[in-house]
Amino acid sequence: MELLFAITLGVLTSTGVYLLLRARTFSVVLGLTLLSHAVNLFLFGMGRLKTDSPAVIGKALEHADPLPQALVLTAIVIGFAMTAFVVVLALKAAVELRNDHVDGEDPNEDRP
Amino acid sequence: MQLALLILMPLLGALLPAVRRHDPVVRLAVLAALPALASLMLLLSLLPQVLAGETLLWTREWVPTLGLSVSLRLDGLAWLFATLITGIGCLIILYARFYFAGKSTAGRFYTLILLFMAAMLGIVLSENLLVMLVFWELTSLVSFLLIGFSWDKRGARRGARMSLVITAGGGLALLAGIVLLGQVVGSYQLTDVLAAGDEIRAHAQYPLILSLILLGAFTKSAQFPFHLWLPHAMAAPTPVSAYLHSATMVKAGLFLMARLHPALADTELWFTLVTITGMLTLMVGAFVAMFMHDIKGLLAYSTVSHLGLITLLLGLGTPMALAAALFHLVCHALFKAPLFMMAGYVDQATGSRDMQQINGLWRYMPALMVLTAIPAAAMAGLPLMSGYLSKKMLFVESLQVSSPDWATLVIPVWVTLAGLFSVAYSIRIFHNVFFNGKPVELPIYPPKKISNSALSPLFLLAAATLAVGLAPQLAYQWLVQPAVSAANGLPLPPYDFSQLGARLPLLMGIVALIGGLLFYMARNPLFAIHARLPEVDAKEIFEWLMQRCIRFSQHQVYGLENGSLQRYLALLLGTAVVMGFWATEGFRDWQGSIALQPLDAMTLLGGLILCGAAFGVAIFHHQRLPALLLLGVTGLFVTLTFARFSAPDLALTQLSVEVMAVVIMMLALSFLPQQSPSESRWPRVSRDLIIAGVAGLGVALFAFAILTRPMESISSFFLANSVSGGGGTNVVNVILVDFRGFDTLGEITVLGIAAVAVFAFTRDLHLKERAVPIADENWVAEPHPIILSMVARLVLPIAFLVSAYIFLRGHNLPGGGFIAGLVTAVALTLQYMAGGLAWAQSRMVMQFRPLIGAGLLVALFTGLASWVFGYPFLTSAFGYVHWPLIGKFELASALVFDLGVYLTVVGATLLILANLGKLMTVAGPGKEIG
Repeated sequence: MELLFAITLGVLTSTGVYLLLRARTFSVVLGLTLLSHAVNLFLFGMGRLKTDSPAVIGKALEHADPLPQALVLTAIVIGFAMTAFVVVLALKAAVELRNDHVDGEDPNEDRP
Repeated sequence: MQLALLILMPLLGALLPAVRRHDPVVRLAVLAALPALASLMLLLSLLPQVLAGETLLWTREWVPTLGLSVSLRLDGLAWLFATLITGIGCLIILYARFYFAGKSTAGRFYTLILLFMAAMLGIVLSENLLVMLVFWELTSLVSFLLIGFSWDKRGARRGARMSLVITAGGGLALLAGIVLLGQVVGSYQLTDVLAAGDEIRAHAQYPLILSLILLGAFTKSAQFPFHLWLPHAMAAPTPVSAYLHSATMVKAGLFLMARLHPALADTELWFTLVTITGMLTLMVGAFVAMFMHDIKGLLAYSTVSHLGLITLLLGLGTPMALAAALFHLVCHALFKAPLFMMAGYVDQATGSRDMQQINGLWRYMPALMVLTAIPAAAMAGLPLMSGYLSKKMLFVESLQVSSPDWATLVIPVWVTLAGLFSVAYSIRIFHNVFFNGKPVELPIYPPKKISNSALSPLFLLAAATLAVGLAPQLAYQWLVQPAVSAANGLPLPPYDFSQLGARLPLLMGIVALIGGLLFYMARNPLFAIHARLPEVDAKEIFEWLMQRCIRFSQHQVYGLENGSLQRYLALLLGTAVVMGFWATEGFRDWQGSIALQPLDAMTLLGGLILCGAAFGVAIFHHQRLPALLLLGVTGLFVTLTFARFSAPDLALTQLSVEVMAVVIMMLALSFLPQQSPSESRWPRVSRDLIIAGVAGLGVALFAFAILTRPMESISSFFLANSVSGGGGTNVVNVILVDFRGFDTLGEITVLGIAAVAVFAFTRDLHLKERAVPIADENWVAEPHPIILSMVARLVLPIAFLVSAYIFLRGHNLPGGGFIAGLVTAVALTLQYMAGGLAWAQSRMVMQFRPLIGAGLLVALFTGLASWVFGYPFLTSAFGYVHWPLIGKFELASALVFDLGVYLTVVGATLLILANLGKLMTVAGPGKEIG
């Protein structure tokens, strides 16, 4: 189970990083979202993986670590606000520069 | 406090001439003289205590954790320098009153001079080495401003820049040296540092510390090869040259060497570095001075040579050499300042400083001639003058050197030779200016008259020079003896001035005198030879070097920083990957001690779908709509992952966020191109693939290594105290609203700020055209399908009920303000989508920004309320009430806090969504939303 979790994290990170490095704003937004999934899962994983043991007193005998969960919960919500902000930035850039390249200008080729 | 006043008076006094800068020069001079005189008087009043050998200290804590305190110290050494600084400063202020007569820049000059005086006093009075550094840099800065005083002249600008680069560069070395010194000693207080001399000299880093500190001292005191800035600093007005660049600032390096003498001196390294640098500077300065035709140039090089002489004496390290050094330092300040003043007057009277033009001025200014004769004779070292004694002391000390072998013979011969040159240039400056035939093509002829009152500062300084020459014992006892005792901590025996009459030193003096005369007589053929030598202009070389440096760094910066964000991101991520790789190099133990949990088929399937969807997003990112849908799939499976691993709260949050996020990205997509052009070439793609691949591998390995290791969590505290302390069984929620409530308050604030930022950005965003026309066949023609809008209206009250339920149970079961807020927001979003923006907006009873504000205030006041009851911020209180029909019900103040969270989340989410949605409506709703 841990191995699968780790591999999934790796895949999310790889795809996120790859998309972050693309030249168009929308791809970057997609990449950011994937990367924040990876980060959230990573933080969550710091509490170790436990099944059927929610951190609710009285509902289970054992409890998963509640601290990373509280941390990730707010991270998810703030991550959403940040995504929205980046989206608006991308829109604004697209309108004002008439172009959705991350560098703000239409290149004929990728820069070195 | 008296010590602080010494510095504060000129520092604050600097404001006076700045404010009254349009006043006539006379009044400005009085204004500037007041604080300087006050400091001088205060110093004189402290003389009895200094003579008694007391060390006055004054301390104010500043940053105690850094060992930084504003502490000042007045002992014999500091008193000697401080008196020189204020005393000569007063005379310079007087001199400048004549020099700047009729000019409008006097106010600026006086401000800067007082500022400089304060900074210089700061250096010599500092007890804390870090504080001294601050003043040290301040003198460099003021010197820069004063050299560049006539900033419309190119020479002044270049000279100023050169001096700043050299002295401030040395200042950086000094900073490093002093920080190291402070670390070795464990304190930056001078008292501690001076007491730790043996420890410092035995330390492994002693050579480094010594070199760095000496670098700072040498650059400031214009020692070879850093002396080059000083001649170019002569572009400054003459009062500045007289004050900063001969009497005071250039002595700061010498002061530092004398000050740190007990801590750093008396080693072979010290002797070698300091003595040899002093010897080279002495000779280079004395030799070049002879060939300078510019009066100020000659004086500058002669200053360099005298600074070298003092350095040489400091390098010898014996108490008597130290005494000779300080004695000469005083003499030099007294005779060099009037010579500079003379140069300034001659410059103003004749319009030239070239000694090939200026000749035979005795006819026009006999009084000036007499007043120049005294300091010039002192500089040459003629009998009865102060310079005679100090030069003899140098000869005597040079003969005392016993080791190393080379020095016993070389140093006496060397100093005699340098003495010879100094005699030659001293004769030259006097004879050439006042005699030597008639003036040649002077720009102003006949020269202007100089009033007698203008000569008063020269008179005072010349009188002082004579006084020291006639009564050396007195000057020695009052000035030098306490200074040397303070500098090396030992009482100093009185100096036996009669030993100066011994045969060998006398012989050396006679050789220097006669040799110098002969050298001067032979000057014309020598000048001819010198003129034929290729001229090396240090300033040109310096400028060329600077240009090269600037171009090099420009090249580096533009090479790295070409404006492409894409590239920065690649560099950043690439660096992170490389650093991570480097940090874990050699680590093999990826699997820890915990046994892996068994993998079941469903989890495997979920994991595979998650990975597949993530890959799909990356592969199909050119097709933006499918990529977005696949992104939704990953979000969904992340939700399931949370659910699988016992995090129901996270799953609920992720689910509702996912809905909102996809809706927002859909909205954005309708304004952005639907497809990304495929423009990455294969080298770029493969580079990115490598970065991404290594990053993913690293994260996977790292996560795996952590997941398979046991850990000690602090969460047992939360689990144990959740019910008893927070009154809730859902520990995640209790952490959010109670244990770590302050964090949550910060987080909802961030959320609110982000939402308001989105609002601000979209407000003046006018999308000119849609990326996709409405009539596109791929888009649904009906904007608000009837079935959807009907269902949405039905769903709304149910959704409210659900979110109320989730909210209320949140303290004890999965749920809470965040999740309830998101559920409400999703339900309202559905209304917007189904009924249209205008329709939904007209039915909203509340604006969103007030909602965010209200939420934040509710949360904040819940926290503040606990203050009223005398508890720390955000302490939660709870109790149980029995309601009829419903039964036992818990009431906790945390619930009110959670309400604040709820309101903020609803407001922020809808503010973002509605404003993005507004962009969609072609005509817009007319008024702003929010």
